[in-house]
Amino acid sequence: MSKVLIVAEHDGAALNPSTAKCVACAAELPDAEIDVAVLSHNGEAMAAEAASFDAVAKVIRVDGDYNEHALAAVLAPQIAALAEGYSHVFGPSTTFGKDLMPRVAALLGVNQISDIMAVEGGHRFKRPIYAGNAILTVDAPPEHVVVATVRTASYRGVGTGNAADVETRDLDVELPDHTRFVELRSGSSDRPDLQTAARVVSGGRALGSAENFELIYKLADTLGAGVGASRAAVDAGYVPNDMQVGQTGKIIAPELYVAIGISGAIQHLTGIKDAGTIVAINKDEEAPIFEVADIGLVGDLFAIVPELQKALES
Amino acid sequence: MNKILVGLKRVVDYNVRVRVRSDGSGVETEGVKMSINPFDEIALEEALRIKERGEAQEIVVVSIGPPEAQQQLRTGLAMGADRAILVETTEPIDPLTAARVFLELVNREQPELVLLGKQAIDDDNNQTGQMLAGLWGRPQATFASEIALDGAKAVVTREVDVGLESIEIDLPAVITSDLRLNEPRYVKLPDIMKAKKKPLDSIPLAELAVTRSGALTHVAYEAPAQREKGIRVDDVAGLIAAMKDKGLL
Ligand SMILES: Cc1cc2nc3c(=O)[nH]c(=O)nc-3n(C[C@H](O)[C@H](O)[C@H](O)COP(=O)(O)OP(=O)(O)OC[C@H]3O[C@@H](n4cnc5c(N)ncnc54)[C@H](O)[C@@H]3O)c2cc1C
Ligand SMILES: Nc1ncnc2c1ncn2[C@@H]1O[C@H](COP(=O)(O)O)[C@@H](O)[C@H]1O
Repeated sequence: MSKVLIVAEHDGAALNPSTAKCVACAAELPDAEIDVAVLSHNGEAMAAEAASFDAVAKVIRVDGDYNEHALAAVLAPQIAALAEGYSHVFGPSTTFGKDLMPRVAALLGVNQISDIMAVEGGHRFKRPIYAGNAILTVDAPPEHVVVATVRTASYRGVGTGNAADVETRDLDVELPDHTRFVELRSGSSDRPDLQTAARVVSGGRALGSAENFELIYKLADTLGAGVGASRAAVDAGYVPNDMQVGQTGKIIAPELYVAIGISGAIQHLTGIKDAGTIVAINKDEEAPIFEVADIGLVGDLFAIVPELQKALES
Repeated sequence: MNKILVGLKRVVDYNVRVRVRSDGSGVETEGVKMSINPFDEIALEEALRIKERGEAQEIVVVSIGPPEAQQQLRTGLAMGADRAILVETTEPIDPLTAARVFLELVNREQPELVLLGKQAIDDDNNQTGQMLAGLWGRPQATFASEIALDGAKAVVTREVDVGLESIEIDLPAVITSDLRLNEPRYVKLPDIMKAKKKPLDSIPLAELAVTRSGALTHVAYEAPAQREKGIRVDDVAGLIAAMKDKGLL
C-alpha cells in the first residue's frame, strides 16, 4: 500500500490548482491512501477545499501565524515531522514546491525525485532531464520514504464532491527565526492565470518594447488567453519575470499556445511540450519554433498580428 | 564577510542539443562540449561583485566531479575566484551527496555564504542548495534575482511563480541564483594565464566523511515523444481557417 502525504500550496486564501494535480499524480500509485497537509494561518476554508477533493482520505491542518508566509525553512521541519508513517511525500513542482521539498527530503535523509511526469510503480517514476531532451526512468530505494515534486503540466487535477475528515494538528517542532518574510510584489491581472489558462499567447524578443507588447495583450484578450513570454522578452524588461515560459520559467500545458516572435530555443520549448495546438508566427522560416508548431505562419508580426486582431474582432 | 563558497558543476554546454544513446543507457556525452553550469557562472559572478564591492575577502570555487572538472575550476579562477577545490570522483553524484560534500567543506572552510546555481541543467534536479541549507540548519534563499547584503544579514529578492518575493536571512546562509541575478563577465586571456598560478586542491571524494545513501537508480533513458509534423499557412485567412479546423475558433 502507498500512504501518501501531499503538501498543499496556497496563497493564504485559496489552494493553488497544483494541489489537486499532486493528488491526481498520487492517485496513480498502487493502492494509494492520500492525505493532504494544509499548513497555514487561519486556513479553515482551504482545509475544507482540500477535503472536497476526490481520492483524499484525510486533511491535516496545522495552523499558526508562523505559517502565514510559505518559508521553506519554517515549513520543512513541520512536514518532516508530519511525514512519519507515510511511504510518499509529494509537493508540486512550482517555485513553492521546488523551494520546500528538497529541504524536507534532506531532513528525512533521502534524495528527491524532481518533476514526476509519470508513475510507473510505487517506487518507479519518469522525469524529464536536459531541458526535456531526455526522459529518465528512476527507481527510488524501497526502504526509504519517497519525497517528490510533481510536474503539474502532466496532470489534470481531480474532481470534487468528497468530504474527507479534517484533523487539526499541533506539532512539537522547533521553528527557526533566521528567515523572515519581507514582501511579495506581484502584478495583479484580470487575465487568465498563465499556469492554468486553456489558451496562452506569448511574445518574444521580436516585440522590441513594452509598448509593442500591447499587441500580445490585445490578441490574448480577444482570445480569452493568458499571456506569456520568452526569457529574452523578460530580460529586456518588456514584461515581468512571472510571465516567462520555459525550463527556468513556467511549464504549461494549454490547449492553444500562440508563439509570436519567439525563435523556439530548447529552453523555451521545454515549457510548452504538452500544449495541445502550437501556433507560431515568425519572420524566419528556419526558426526552430516551426519544428514543433502545428500551424506555422511565416511573416512580420507587426503586419500579421494587427490583421489577425481585426479579423478576430469582426 | 570573510569567505564565499561557490559551486561550479561541469555540465554539457547549454547550446548542445542532447541526444539519448540508442541503447537507452544514457545521453551522448562523447565529444560534446562541456561548460560551467550557466547558473553557477551567475553565482560566481555575484560572489565576485560582492568581493569587488569590498564586502567579501575570499572566493573559493568548488566542483564535485571527474579530473576534467579542473577545466571549469580554472575558468572560475580566471573569472576572478581566489582558490579552487576539486572533490574528485568519476561516479555521477546525486544532490544529497553533493549537499553532504558541501556541508563537509562548509565545516572546513567556515564561509558566511554559499552561492550555488538554482539547478544543474543536466539532471535539472534543483535540490542541492535547499538540501545543504536543510542539513546545515541555516537559511536558504532560492531563485535569487537580487542580493542586498547588510552586515550579518541579507535581503534577497526571489523569482517566484506569482512575481518577486523578498526575504531577509541571517548569515551564514545558502543562496541559489536565478538567471536575472546578473550577466557573467567574459574571461580575458591574461586572466587565464594568471589563473594558472592560483591554488587548485584536489580531494578524493572517499577522503571526505560523507555517507552515500539513497541514490536513485537510473533505470532507462528515452527520447521524448515527438510532436506530429504541423502545417504551414500562407496568410492570416489561412491561419484562421486552420484554427477553425481544429475547433479553436
Ligand atoms: C540555463 C538557461 C535557461 C533558459 N531558460 C529559458 C526559459 O525558461 N525560457 C525561455 O524562453 N528562454 C530561456 N533561455 C533562453 C533561450 O536560450 C533563448 O535565448 C530565448 O528563449 C530567446 O528568446 P526569443 O525567442 O524571444 O528571442 P530570439 O531567439 O532572439 O528570437 C526572436 C525571434 O523573433 C523573430 N522575429 C524578429 N523580428 C520579427 C518580426 N518582425 N516578426 C516576426 N518574427 C520576428 C526572429 O526570427 C527570431 O526567431 C534559457 C537559457 C539558458 C542558458
Ligand atoms: N557536482 C557538483 N559540483 C559542483 N556544484 C554542484 C554539483 N552538483 C550540484 N552543484 C551545485 O548545486 C546547484 C544545483 O544543482 P542540482 O540540485 O543538481 O540541480 C548547481 O547549480 C551547483 O551550484
